[in-house]
Amino acid sequence: MTAFHLAQVNVGRMVAPLDGPELADFVAQLLEINALADASPGFVWRMVDDEGEDATGFRPDENDDMLLINCSVWESVGALRNFVYHTDHLRVLSRRREWFRRMAEAHQALWWIPAGHRPSVAEAMRRIAMVREHGPGPLAFTFRDPYPARARTVQASGPASDVPFPTTR
Amino acid sequence: MRRRLYRHVAAAPGEVGRDAAAEAVGISRSLAAFHLDKLVEAGLLAVSFRRLSGRAGPGAGRPAKVYRRAEGEHVLSVPPRSYDAVSRLLAEVVENAGLDRELQAAAKAAGAAHPDAVAGDLVEVLRARGYQPFWDGETLRLNNCPFHALAEEFPALICGMNLALLQGLAPDPWSPAMEPCPGGCCVAISKNKGR
Repeated sequence: MTAFHLAQVNVGRMVAPLDGPELADFVAQLLEINALADASPGFVWRMVDDEGEDATGFRPDENDDMLLINCSVWESVGALRNFVYHTDHLRVLSRRREWFRRMAEAHQALWWIPAGHRPSVAEAMRRIAMVREHGPGPLAFTFRDPYPARARTVQASGPASDVPFPTTR
Repeated sequence: MRRRLYRHVAAAPGEVGRDAAAEAVGISRSLAAFHLDKLVEAGLLAVSFRRLSGRAGPGAGRPAKVYRRAEGEHVLSVPPRSYDAVSRLLAEVVENAGLDRELQAAAKAAGAAHPDAVAGDLVEVLRARGYQPFWDGETLRLNNCPFHALAEEFPALICGMNLALLQGLAPDPWSPAMEPCPGGCCVAISKNKGR
């Protein structure tokens, strides 16, 4: 067991209201894809709103009622990457531009949390703000620039991690 | 002969022993061993040791040398060209412009226009495209990702493009599905069973 888990957040600005025809295909697949995540190796937790099914009830920016948030916790970067890019989730991901606008600023962040911690919406948004303001770093990073958890960097003599942290890009 | 040995090992889903490689190419074991080790020296194949008998402990015999495709990529171009730098730049621009759908439409059309795909020889199409297909029961798995480095850097964009390309190359009744092959392509293809 690892003492640290990986938290993930991403936000997306919808092209149209959630209950409109433009988003219908996205909404129709939510249940299936969330179930796929829940059953994926290394999945720990995902944020849900008061309805209890998904996070589409949250509006993380009170000035932007088209902004959705998605936040979850995983055992490792590898487990999250596998779900995001190597399962049927990719089918949905590859249609992202039908439902969400391309954002010029950073729209996602990864960070390490103590196992058992559950991030809040505010905490997750602060991590995205960190990437926006300072670029990827140990407190908030991206798939392309991953950082190891603190415990793993300290225990340099420990067993090799199951997560490949590339030293070069 | 060395090329045939390389092709056999590189396209194999797992590791290949000397006996199996020799048999596949139709040469003696010692000749196969000589050429396989030359391919390892050249960095094209990687080697490890494994007991093929399934026995362990004393008396199980010496572990056999087994070969697999090496991790590194080799590109030969005469005269020098650097399409990888161009593709990286183009991918970045396409990603930043949010042109996923345009890219997928072009990929699907390119797949559908492939002359061999029109003729219906899917395995040959996939082989020619570098996917190194192999049959796993009734499913075609792809032992190689032709876009590996780019897919690592722009996964949503490139894997989405690849899925669209394969949908073009393998039309109905074939059905490409997300079933990653370790070290290979994330897509597997099987016959549509009324899904």
